[in-house]
Amino acid sequence: MTQTELTTTAAASAAEAPPPVRARRRFSRENVTRLLFVAPAALYLVLFFGYPVVKNITMSLQDYTTKTFFTGEAPWVGFANYQAVLSSNLFWPSMTNTALFTIGSIAGQFIIGLALACFFKRRFPLSNFLRSMLLLPWLLPLIVSSATWRSILEQDSGILNQFLGTFGIEPVPWLTSPAVALIAVVLVNIWVGIPFNVTILYGGLQDIPDELYEAGALDGATGWKAFRHITLPNLKPVISVVLVLGVVYTIKVLDIILGLTNGGPANATQTLSIRSYQESFINFEFGVGAAFSNILILISLVFAVIYLRANRRAVDE
Amino acid sequence: MKNRKLTTLAAMTAIAPFALTACGGGGGSATASGDVDTLTVVDYYNNEPDKTLVQEAIDRCATELSVTIERETVPGKDLIQKVLQRASSKTLPDVLMLDNPDVQEIAATGGLSPLSQYDVDTSGFAQGMLEAATYEGEVYGLAPTANTLGIFYNPELLEAAGVEPPQTWDELKAAAEQLTEGDQYGIAFSAIATYEGSWQFLPFMWSNGGEETDLTSPEVAEALALWKDLVSSGSASEAVINWSQADVKDQFVAGKAAMMVNGPWQIPALQENPDVQFASVQIPVNEDGQTSIAPLGGEVWTVPVTGDDAKQAKAAEFVECMSNDENQLALAEARYTVPTKTALAEEFVANVPEMESFTEQVANARSRTGQLGEEWPEAATTIYTAIQLALTGKAEPAEAFEQASAG
Repeated sequence: MTQTELTTTAAASAAEAPPPVRARRRFSRENVTRLLFVAPAALYLVLFFGYPVVKNITMSLQDYTTKTFFTGEAPWVGFANYQAVLSSNLFWPSMTNTALFTIGSIAGQFIIGLALACFFKRRFPLSNFLRSMLLLPWLLPLIVSSATWRSILEQDSGILNQFLGTFGIEPVPWLTSPAVALIAVVLVNIWVGIPFNVTILYGGLQDIPDELYEAGALDGATGWKAFRHITLPNLKPVISVVLVLGVVYTIKVLDIILGLTNGGPANATQTLSIRSYQESFINFEFGVGAAFSNILILISLVFAVIYLRANRRAVDE
Repeated sequence: MKNRKLTTLAAMTAIAPFALTACGGGGGSATASGDVDTLTVVDYYNNEPDKTLVQEAIDRCATELSVTIERETVPGKDLIQKVLQRASSKTLPDVLMLDNPDVQEIAATGGLSPLSQYDVDTSGFAQGMLEAATYEGEVYGLAPTANTLGIFYNPELLEAAGVEPPQTWDELKAAAEQLTEGDQYGIAFSAIATYEGSWQFLPFMWSNGGEETDLTSPEVAEALALWKDLVSSGSASEAVINWSQADVKDQFVAGKAAMMVNGPWQIPALQENPDVQFASVQIPVNEDGQTSIAPLGGEVWTVPVTGDDAKQAKAAEFVECMSNDENQLALAEARYTVPTKTALAEEFVANVPEMESFTEQVANARSRTGQLGEEWPEAATTIYTAIQLALTGKAEPAEAFEQASAG
């Protein structure tokens, strides 16, 4: 037995390891091939991700205005743009709004998304059709949905207030009161984000083996208990991915807020991305705009790292 | 051998993007000799009917100058970005249309050439429009027509309520209150958090003697107090702070506002609804004896510096042609705007009587950038922020501008 084992191992290693001289040559050839496979992706990354990021960082250290486009001159100003950002009265309110917007949107999207995903796990007539209909908000161009929501939320003649009025509820100043506007914007963003959450979570649910539920049912774990002790633990890797990706997508949302309130009323819906957009493309202070967006990128980066780690853990598991 | 082939292939793939971009960038090089037979034009009249109406004027000038025009139209909100892009790639068009408050900003970059270089006659134009197109003493462009703001009202509703078109702020407030009933508001205006909101506020501020150079003056605060009164008394909807001027027009058309602050460019849309009755007066003033001063709107045609002298000279001729009497009258009549040559006013009003109040308004109108030049965007941001603060109750009208200018 030992003999045979030994021979097989030897045979295997002989088959695996080619003669030493040829090995070196093949190794270098392999290396070249590997490089060639990496090259297009690396080139793409450098061109379309590396360059913009580096450009954005240098821009944030320059006095970059309309003049720059004509003369090519953008004097270095050090951290003056960041100073302008941090000392602006809108910086902290927009930070808070970004946080509230992100947390509110993610919480809403996730809870409703998970509930719908669990609901669609059961098969019933038209369930597939209904589930695909859920994707609609995802398919609409954001500029269209925000224009539509803007008329739905209109204070005097919007359909939502008309509907609420039939229950005797006073018209809600959805987009015109600084106290309510952020909530309204969050609600619309939740609506936009639900399809993403449902799709990913539904996929995660499909991967949980039915046997677990059957075994759990024998032990008396049904309904809520089954959800807590079987669904949630098994869904954990997917949940962390959904949440972190959700944060990265939500924190930079621009078009919905621009379309609904443009940062108003009275700056109640100013977020970092709105500030960045307005500084760059309304005030033409591209340096300050870049500084705002770099802060945003930095925050996203933190979550991206969390995502990568969570992802690696998920793969390990 | 197989290996070498692979390497070559990879190298070619790597180089391809650069080679392609190199080809794409080479289109705009200047040739500075010979007759000019084509000019490129960029403007933002990308919607009908304006697109065709402006094309007719362009065609007339093309024939007159015997050149071919290659025209590109871009959406209004993208124009400046487009201009900046093309400036940095040195592919500016020969003729560029700009919204008048942007002219000084672009002229300050050195990207436009002054019309005095080409003996273009700039006399006879409305003073406000020339001011808008002037940077450091040089005129950089001409506008064939101008627009402004006024009060549109529904004559049937006013008659039924026994109300005369208002001429003072007190009359405006009284009329708006009387005309408010059910789901119909007395007046609608745009107080949105964009430059549109600032533009709508200017006539009230200017007519009362307020200046954009001193936004914390009592005259400016009084104008804001008027808007605040209109909203808090319920004569105007609280939703005005989220209405664009197009929304305001929709409210008026839907019969939800008896009066509105808006410009003559809305007239074609109003005429599309034959049930909608409308007439217009100038923006009311605070006290009798004040002159109603509204902001001047309209687009200026300019000659960017492209480095091709012959083409630039031809482009200047083209700009002059676009603003000649024939084109001014044709464009003004078709597009419900006002000729910028003051001598044409009488003939124009005779042809288009519904433009009478707007023509008077334009004669006294001011340009937004006349005083502040490139600094105007900052003031405009302060104005709309202050409006938003006051109308949402976050600041008193007297304090709103101070709070807003703190940034």
